[in-house]
Amino acid sequence: MSETPRDTENLLRVRDLTVGFHTAAGQVDVVKQLDFDLARGGALGIVGESGSGKSMTSLAIMGLLPKGASRSGSIEFDGTELTTLPERAMRSIRGDRIAMIFQDPLSSLNPYYTVGTQIAEAYRSHRSGVTRRQARKVAIEAMERVHIRDAARRVDHYPHQFSGGMRQRVMIAMTLSMEPELIIADEPTTALDVTVQAQILDLLAEIRSDTGAGLILITHDLAVVSQVTDHLVVMRDGDLVEQGAAEQIFTDPQRDYTRMLLDAVPRIDDEIGLLRTLTAPTAEEES
Amino acid sequence: MIRFLLNRVMGMVVVLFLVCLFTFVIFFVLSPDPAVQICGKNCTPEVIDQLRANLGLDQPFWSQFWTFVSGLFVGRTYGSGPNAIDCAAPCLGYSFQTSQPVFDMIAQRLPVSATVAIGAAILWLLAGVSAGLVSAVREGRFADRFITGLTLTGMSIPNYVLGLSLQFLLVVTLGWLPFPQAVPFSEDPVQWFSNYLMPWIVLAVGASAVYTRLTRANVIETLQENYVRTARAKGLSPGLVWRRHALRPALTPIVTIFGMDFAGLLGGALITETVFGLNGIGKMAADSITKNDQPVIMGVTLLAAFFVVIGNMVVDLLYTAIDPRVRVGSAA
Amino acid sequence: MTFTSTDLEVEGAAAGGETAGDPAPSSPPASGRRLVRAFLHDRAALACSVYILLIILMALAAPLLVKLSGWGPLEFDQSAVDPNLGGLPLGTAGGVSAEHWFGVEPGNGRDIFARIVYGARVSMTIALLATVLTSVLGVVFGLLAGYFGGRVDMVISRVMEFLMAFPALIFMIAVLSALPAENRQFLLVGVISFFGWPYLARIIRGQTMSLKEREFVESAKASGATSIQIIFKEILPNLSSTIIVMTTLAVPGYVGTEAGLSFLGVGVVPPTPSWGQMIASSVPWYAVDPAYFLFPGAFLFLLVLSFTVLGDRVKKIAESGEGRA
Repeated sequence: MSETPRDTENLLRVRDLTVGFHTAAGQVDVVKQLDFDLARGGALGIVGESGSGKSMTSLAIMGLLPKGASRSGSIEFDGTELTTLPERAMRSIRGDRIAMIFQDPLSSLNPYYTVGTQIAEAYRSHRSGVTRRQARKVAIEAMERVHIRDAARRVDHYPHQFSGGMRQRVMIAMTLSMEPELIIADEPTTALDVTVQAQILDLLAEIRSDTGAGLILITHDLAVVSQVTDHLVVMRDGDLVEQGAAEQIFTDPQRDYTRMLLDAVPRIDDEIGLLRTLTAPTAEEES
Repeated sequence: MIRFLLNRVMGMVVVLFLVCLFTFVIFFVLSPDPAVQICGKNCTPEVIDQLRANLGLDQPFWSQFWTFVSGLFVGRTYGSGPNAIDCAAPCLGYSFQTSQPVFDMIAQRLPVSATVAIGAAILWLLAGVSAGLVSAVREGRFADRFITGLTLTGMSIPNYVLGLSLQFLLVVTLGWLPFPQAVPFSEDPVQWFSNYLMPWIVLAVGASAVYTRLTRANVIETLQENYVRTARAKGLSPGLVWRRHALRPALTPIVTIFGMDFAGLLGGALITETVFGLNGIGKMAADSITKNDQPVIMGVTLLAAFFVVIGNMVVDLLYTAIDPRVRVGSAA
Repeated sequence: MTFTSTDLEVEGAAAGGETAGDPAPSSPPASGRRLVRAFLHDRAALACSVYILLIILMALAAPLLVKLSGWGPLEFDQSAVDPNLGGLPLGTAGGVSAEHWFGVEPGNGRDIFARIVYGARVSMTIALLATVLTSVLGVVFGLLAGYFGGRVDMVISRVMEFLMAFPALIFMIAVLSALPAENRQFLLVGVISFFGWPYLARIIRGQTMSLKEREFVESAKASGATSIQIIFKEILPNLSSTIIVMTTLAVPGYVGTEAGLSFLGVGVVPPTPSWGQMIASSVPWYAVDPAYFLFPGAFLFLLVLSFTVLGDRVKKIAESGEGRA
């Protein structure tokens, strides 16, 4: 596999990745010998139906697999092998250099703390000697970067006081405060309304171009990846179906399964483009 | 916030009123005539009539109920003329047995019941929550199964059986604790402490079993929450993930239950106080039952209801302070 | 959902148990048959059922057993106690002998074995009747509130809230002490059920509310089924395992409550024996004749424990089955 587009050096290099669960019925593999690369500053979409193993792949990279799951193979991040990295070292990478955005922003935010606290939390734990005031400033800046209006006031609000799209912006702000080199977004728009989806995707694209961070976008929705990513991995039942440049897969899919996925998606690129012009990114209603 | 408070207070008043009414109906409609009881064996119909008049039992139901309720707030007068007895507010009537005002009897014994309740509550909270945490951390391992077994046992052992067994074992057989003697704390702190130790333990065993299960379930559930995964994904240390993102959400609901349980216990631990001969409200109530001393039983019922309702409200208020989601009045 | 006699006091307020953190499965699981199958593989659950069955058999065969042992529950045996020692039983361990298998009561020399056997009748009858009555009330009111919603729901919910916010234990005592002593058994069942049903009803209500939105109910409605048909044919069968779990969890509470109330002197009226009442009368003797409280205490503890463990297991099996179903 050497279809590395544009850049010469890879940010992430995954080889032979297998994730399995021990069950009463024996070992069940949910990700099977997966290989892919992510170029520096590149955007990769991992596409598949639910149960295809795409989320497990992202958790395997983060080292956050659920209890009872095991991973094998190699995950190389910026030249560092993650699979053999001690937990302590992995922790210093997690949140700092690799950040993750989850599907459901409401349940992914702790209802007991203000969003400001939660945004600043990572910053405070990764940078030593940060005062409360500095951390708060970082949080406000991060919120401004994701276009949350009135950030200085909103920073003290609790997650339930935000709308769905705003919560996802908070989640993104949380990853931004650390200037990560890689952002993994796991179904970041699935729980959101269609109009809000487009705004969040725009925001992700904007952040990517601003910071130069690599992006892995995990989704079941091909229309979503077509907006943001330049490279695609199609997964089914833990197997890699096909991968390649997004353009190429969209125009000339090699596998029947990919074709089927594509057929299932109405060609709504135009529609989304239209919506985007109709709704400014910050026009989203604040609750 | 003020509206919320008013709402709560209104609800509280309604519940208390209904409790009063219920209790009153039961004693008014169902129970044998107290005048006959007070009068005793060598009784004449005239004396009974006189007693009825003095107690106001010759009045219709609603009038009696009104006298009783208003007696709580402004006091009431029993009888008339030179023999009249004034019962100052809050008047709960007089005990048939001792002729003391019920309110004074309760006030006298409240410190004992409160001591029992506070000590037991501290014990069961500490034991229950920490055992629950251990159980949750070691989920599925030996420690967890061991604690689960203990809690099932603790929940199942009736407190009087446990009380008698402990007393027999620790006092009679092993002699580790002295026989209970009523002493004030200032006189003999050791004796005082050992008087209360067993009641505390006995009450705490059952309750801490419940709290252990609750804590365990809550912690395990919280650890599966998405926001805990988020916290891990931020690279927080396990200690921080635990303290901030698992413990607080897991332990918050326990506040509710704790408030209710503690309030309930303030109204007297009937069985435990009886077994250990502690002269608290519970023992007084238990004694009144056997002697059918209605004013006392009624007084204790109302008191217990009062504590429970107040406890309910305190918990509600506390909850608005600790759970941002139910915080009222904070504008979004 | 338990209200074992131990937390009876601590939870005096809520005398029905856990006020929050519903222990019951939140989504309606499937059939009860799977429960039984999983259950047969569970050793602890089996042991508990065996003990419970033994007690039930003991209760049923009480007259026969008493004939075998030779002493009835109300017979005095002055030859078994020592009048010089204030009526202490003669011999060791409270007078345990071939004559009196579990010894005798100090003072009057009544046979403890006979009283335990007959006491099992009282405990079991009251606990099981209370369970049946509570379940019926809980299911009926829960279904009504959940299915019809609106005003029916509002009224039932208010009543439930009120009953649950009530200091139930002290109130049970007040009611029982005010009521005449005849038919105490039935009064006990009535009073326990009166305060017990909301805990089941609350859960049934919630599940009914979610069930009635499901397709199969919708399609039954579309095909012209009446409300009663829908409730009994479509909704009730889906609640079966919830009801099984909740009732098993409730039984130990009722056993404990009966014993506790009898212990306090407002339960079963002497001379009818009940375990709680036996323990109550053993209190003055505990130091000199521990066997007097140990026998009924052990029987009671093991019965409550068996029901508790059983309830716990049944709940676990029902919950783990949900994932698969």
